Amino acid sequence: MLQFILRRVFYMIPTLFVISLVSFAIIQLPPGDYLTSLVASMAATGETVDRAALAALEQRYGLGQPVYVQYWKWISGILLHGDFGQSFEWNQPVSTLLWGRLALTFMISLFTLFFTWIVAFPIGIFSAVRQYSWGDYVATIIGYVGLAIPNFLIALILMYVAFKFFNQSVGGLFSPEYQDAAWDWAKLWDLFKHLWIPVVIIGTAGTAGLIRIMRANLLDELHKPYVVTARAKGLSEERLLLKYPVRVALNPFVSTVGWTLPALVSGEAIVSIVLSLPTTGPLLLRALMSQDMYLAGSFIMLLSTLTVIGTLLSDVLLAWLDPRIRLTQ
Amino acid sequence: MTTEVQPVSRENKQTGRPIEPVQPEHALQDSESRVYVASQYTLMWRKFRKHRLAMFGGIVTIAIYLVVIFAEFLAPFPSSAFSSQYTYAPPQPLHLFDETPDGMRFAPYVNGYKVEIDPVALRRTFVVDPEEKIPVSFFTRGTPYKMWWLFKSDIHLVGPIEYDADPDRIKIPVYLLGADRLGRDVLSRMIYGTRISMTIGLVGVALSFLLGITLGGISGYYGGGLDNIIQRAIEFLRSIPTIPLWMGLAAALPSSWSPLQVFFGITIILSLIGWTGLARVVRGRFLALRTEDFVMSARLDGNSEFRTIMVHMVPSFFSHIIASLTLSIPGMILAETSLSFLGLGLRSPVVSWGVLLQEAQNIRSVATAPWLLVPGLAVVVAVLALNFLGDGLRDAADPYGR
Repeated sequence: MLQFILRRVFYMIPTLFVISLVSFAIIQLPPGDYLTSLVASMAATGETVDRAALAALEQRYGLGQPVYVQYWKWISGILLHGDFGQSFEWNQPVSTLLWGRLALTFMISLFTLFFTWIVAFPIGIFSAVRQYSWGDYVATIIGYVGLAIPNFLIALILMYVAFKFFNQSVGGLFSPEYQDAAWDWAKLWDLFKHLWIPVVIIGTAGTAGLIRIMRANLLDELHKPYVVTARAKGLSEERLLLKYPVRVALNPFVSTVGWTLPALVSGEAIVSIVLSLPTTGPLLLRALMSQDMYLAGSFIMLLSTLTVIGTLLSDVLLAWLDPRIRLTQ
Repeated sequence: MTTEVQPVSRENKQTGRPIEPVQPEHALQDSESRVYVASQYTLMWRKFRKHRLAMFGGIVTIAIYLVVIFAEFLAPFPSSAFSSQYTYAPPQPLHLFDETPDGMRFAPYVNGYKVEIDPVALRRTFVVDPEEKIPVSFFTRGTPYKMWWLFKSDIHLVGPIEYDADPDRIKIPVYLLGADRLGRDVLSRMIYGTRISMTIGLVGVALSFLLGITLGGISGYYGGGLDNIIQRAIEFLRSIPTIPLWMGLAAALPSSWSPLQVFFGITIILSLIGWTGLARVVRGRFLALRTEDFVMSARLDGNSEFRTIMVHMVPSFFSHIIASLTLSIPGMILAETSLSFLGLGLRSPVVSWGVLLQEAQNIRSVATAPWLLVPGLAVVVAVLALNFLGDGLRDAADPYGR
């Protein structure tokens, strides 16, 4: 098992390296570099440009030097000092803007993951056991529609309905009085009261997909000989179902985390822009719009990195659940 | 869908009924013997026809592409025609019959608008005025256009009888789906948006198809180290959240580019990430076929590798590719819509469904003009139809399915 984990971590290193390259490329893509935009913004606000400070910055980011030197300065700053560069729009180090929002993004994504599991699990079982019943058809139709409606459209419609019929504004993660308050239980409770809306919105598409997978897998299992054996031995239907086929059909729940998690993080980014949640999405969009590239690049890199780590955790979990996987690889 | 197959033979064992003996061939009925002489595509078509949802999806898809082809004719107004007078005018229902002194007659009309001032918000709002009638007609003359850049016409499917040739203005209000913030006709814009959104799906899928079939083919046909590298690349692309990456790449497109350049830039970005699914399908097929006897004999007959692949291998899984292509168009459409909705995708004057939905980005405009969300309905219908069609094609292409 330890060997399996070590091997997977080892495989992850090139992936992380490529992620950092892509993020760095995105930082470099807009014409001009960090300094030219800084000088332009300073000149626009009428500030005097400090030559010495500029030279220090040039030294710091290795500007004007070959690209690989710049890359090395950038990535070593992150790895050794946790320094992601400077956001010129906010005039703050990127790292102070980053972590709080990232934490909220991943919290929403994780809650959504559990939400999709909790919803998809019983519905999937029901659809499989009562195949071709009206409930099965309803689940299938809801599943298809959930897959077809873009997340942001659900968010918009929900906002419209809440505004029109309940005269309520849906959006944000905190009530105004908790916006800047320090973390305590009351604030946490307030967060939970707001959290379910984005969780349900982001979860629809994933739930739909998972129901279909659960149904298909369970249908495969239900006709296997061991089920017949168990039934012949006089096991009650519920016990039989939950103890054997459902357990086998559960594996995909864990193994699909690998592609569910990126989709959830993606969905979270766009839904939080519509609902104006204080997570990574809106800040990333703003950073991209104003070409605040160190901020944008760091967001893209950390979102990808954490997603890859999440996928690794799900792989390890799967190997722990299913010995066939850790033994064959 | 293939997983829902019930093992028939076992059920026979359970019911205790003896399995019926195989009939000699001459005793087969006519309809059954036709199965044996039917070509592969005839078999597929027969199977596809039985799949009702897929047939329905196929018909809707064809209808949508007809809208793409005949956009100029179907749209009452040009997509950029505006009216400073009728901003956020609500949809007018189309009445087909009018009451005249000599009874009900076929004389289509829409009602005009009355302006009311909202006492709270002090904002002009339009109310449909049942008194005023604006006569409309079908196949009527309207703004001139050039169909497919080939021949000139000015016939529109529906439009006001009195028209003004000015292509930039809407003088006589006929807003079947309401007007947007600049008084532009949502219906016309949605029809033009269909053209862009559906083409971006096609072009994007064509590009991913090229990438996917080349890289997936190399991966599956040659195997070994190349296969390993390509597989790692696919895993990498699948493990990162796509929307943030798309956002980053789309934001990097220079703002000096023309709308057409942006269109192709966005398509390339979408297909750069979207090819992985297709590559997996192609690779799987190649791996399965590589060791088949007919491939071996083709190679021993002295065919070049390229010929072996294109003439002998590709036709045998072409139907699978078509099915996966159909299934990957909706992803492209959704991605383009999301990007344009965020303002990072296509830019006006190009009109796509995402660009239209951008109008409905904040709750205030949605609350004043909920009809701005109608293009979202078009997205949902198109995605559903393509999904159903693709599912049906996939089932039909699978010779081992039901």
